[in-house]
Amino acid sequence: MHDLTTSSYHVDTEGYYGPFGGAFIPEMLYGNVEQLRLTYRAIMDEPEFQQDFHRLLRDYVGRPTPLYFAPRLSECYNTRIYLKREDLNHTGAHKINNAIGQILLAMRMGKTRIIAETGAGQHGVATATVCALVGLPCVVYMGELDIARQAPNVARMRMLGAEVRPVTSGSRTLKDATNEAIRDWINHPEDTHYIIGSAVGPHPYPDMVTRFQSVISEEIRTQLLDQTGRSNPDAVMACVGGGSNAAGAFYHFLDQPDVRLIAVEAAGLGIHSGHSAATSVLGTEGIIHGSRTLLMQTDDGQIVEPYSLSAGLDYPGIGPLHAHLIRSGRAEALSVTDQEALEGALELTRLEGIIPALESAHALAAIGRAAFQPDDVVVLCLSGRGDKDMATYIEHLDQSSETSTP
Amino acid sequence: MSRITSLFNRKRQDILNIYFTAGHPTLDSTGTIIRELSQAGVDLIEVGIPYSDPLADGPTIQASSQQALANGMTLPILLEQIREVRPDTDVPLVLMGYLNQVMQYGAERFFRDARTAGVDGLILPDLPLVEFDRTYRELLQKAGLDIAFLVTPQTPPERIRQLDAASSGFLYLVSSSAITGGNSAFGDEQISYFTRLADMDLRNPRLIGFGIADHAGYATACHYANGAIVGSAFIRALDGGQPLGQVIPAFVQHIRGPQPATSSEYSKRSTSAS
Repeated sequence: MHDLTTSSYHVDTEGYYGPFGGAFIPEMLYGNVEQLRLTYRAIMDEPEFQQDFHRLLRDYVGRPTPLYFAPRLSECYNTRIYLKREDLNHTGAHKINNAIGQILLAMRMGKTRIIAETGAGQHGVATATVCALVGLPCVVYMGELDIARQAPNVARMRMLGAEVRPVTSGSRTLKDATNEAIRDWINHPEDTHYIIGSAVGPHPYPDMVTRFQSVISEEIRTQLLDQTGRSNPDAVMACVGGGSNAAGAFYHFLDQPDVRLIAVEAAGLGIHSGHSAATSVLGTEGIIHGSRTLLMQTDDGQIVEPYSLSAGLDYPGIGPLHAHLIRSGRAEALSVTDQEALEGALELTRLEGIIPALESAHALAAIGRAAFQPDDVVVLCLSGRGDKDMATYIEHLDQSSETSTP
Repeated sequence: MSRITSLFNRKRQDILNIYFTAGHPTLDSTGTIIRELSQAGVDLIEVGIPYSDPLADGPTIQASSQQALANGMTLPILLEQIREVRPDTDVPLVLMGYLNQVMQYGAERFFRDARTAGVDGLILPDLPLVEFDRTYRELLQKAGLDIAFLVTPQTPPERIRQLDAASSGFLYLVSSSAITGGNSAFGDEQISYFTRLADMDLRNPRLIGFGIADHAGYATACHYANGAIVGSAFIRALDGGQPLGQVIPAFVQHIRGPQPATSSEYSKRSTSAS
């Protein structure tokens, strides 16, 4: 991995991406976050760590994931579309890349207890999985509402031996699960590591998660070169909630100005419907979960609960890297409604025989709006598989067949 | 000289600082609570700005914040309430809140408006020292507001010195690394932490907070530091549903303990003023 830290799109020595980032944390968290800040790069750069990390990604996760040229989807949009198949990872999404990296880091820091937050449950499952793998106790905080909505993933976490703690504070979803995990960390300053699942939180989390996920764009470059003779595509697309799969898919292209970076947010019922999660449009600068970034809030600075049908995208903030990429014009932001995402999921399923996660379906639904040329090479990060969304998809399918039958 | 500094110049021991969340139990209880607390002889009052995502707070303060927000509390309303109550009491008032709300209001404007309303100091738990040095120190000095930083049992000595140097008015000793509203009994480790801090010859007076819910906790804090901060236990008392005019004096009496309060100075003064 070459050192790109001199670039303005990478985190600076104080943990900022332009005006975004930093570590706005109470003193009770200072020791833990400082320990992480001082050691994460050194540990990650150890050859032995890299060896363990890549061995597990290969033998356990199943990497490299394929880069698949999607012929019928390409024909449909009259451009050349390659899907980065993160859905084929063990546990069904890109989340496992970061969970593997952080569990190895936690063990080297001598931590003996793991906590995590989860919304849709994918990161919770990934964390419970790596804890089972190394034999560490795992507590996953999950909003009471999400527990009810995501029963299969709750069952998986329990089978893996994790304790799923229902969060009843605030709006009882991902934002509050994150608050509760942070409070747990405050209460356990010595033995616990908090595995954050997205490119959010206080420095060094956004950078650390991005680096663990950067294996996605590292592989894309090699695979694209093999398949097309060039390592740079014309565009990379990914969905963004907090933004970990997008951060990983963008990472090695940040300093390649000829590569368009396209971040797709969830518009929910419509950007201005009052039920949306399109943070780059609706958000203003502020602080959420220890990071200065764009977030959805009232004039009085109270954080607003976002909405998206997809539980993985309904986060009221956006990672500081993405806030910087979008505000500086390096990345384009598009947004996709629930309905468009459902149609995008069905389209991919029928054209390519791949059922995507509802989150990834947001990126798919934005292809038609990105004004690609016929000979453009577009890489779309298919961040997860749709097993967890089957109930939602079937309901949509039944509804659309009802409306189309006379 | 600030009200906080002049308090500690007059009185070094048995300082009682009571925390409550503005807008709880009702939107307009702020003034009544401040008057009752000052008449009951409390030395300092910490007013919590209710926030949707109070990271450092436990379930009691979270619930009171949610209630306060549901009651319609906002930062402009709170500042107006403080402006109204300020003539009735000389007790120093400290606002405790999270940085996001200060940013949205505009830091410079917020500090000026708070000072004008009669606020004496701030506690902003998620304000990093590096940001304080970069911009906030100067703005706070210009506005004439004190700021108390937090230290915990895990804070290394060198950083304690930095936080002490950044603080004015007092230094906030978090009794254990925990969110607010935790366990009340202090163990040996905590006592040795309090003693360690006492021996450091810091420039600011020290108040111990988090987990102090009764007279025993208060007395221990007063023994090892200049006084105590009580929050969650007071909010639970307010939640009991009794009239504020009864529950507040009784609570303060309960914390101060069997000895008659030594700090009758304030109660006399505020009684005669009102």
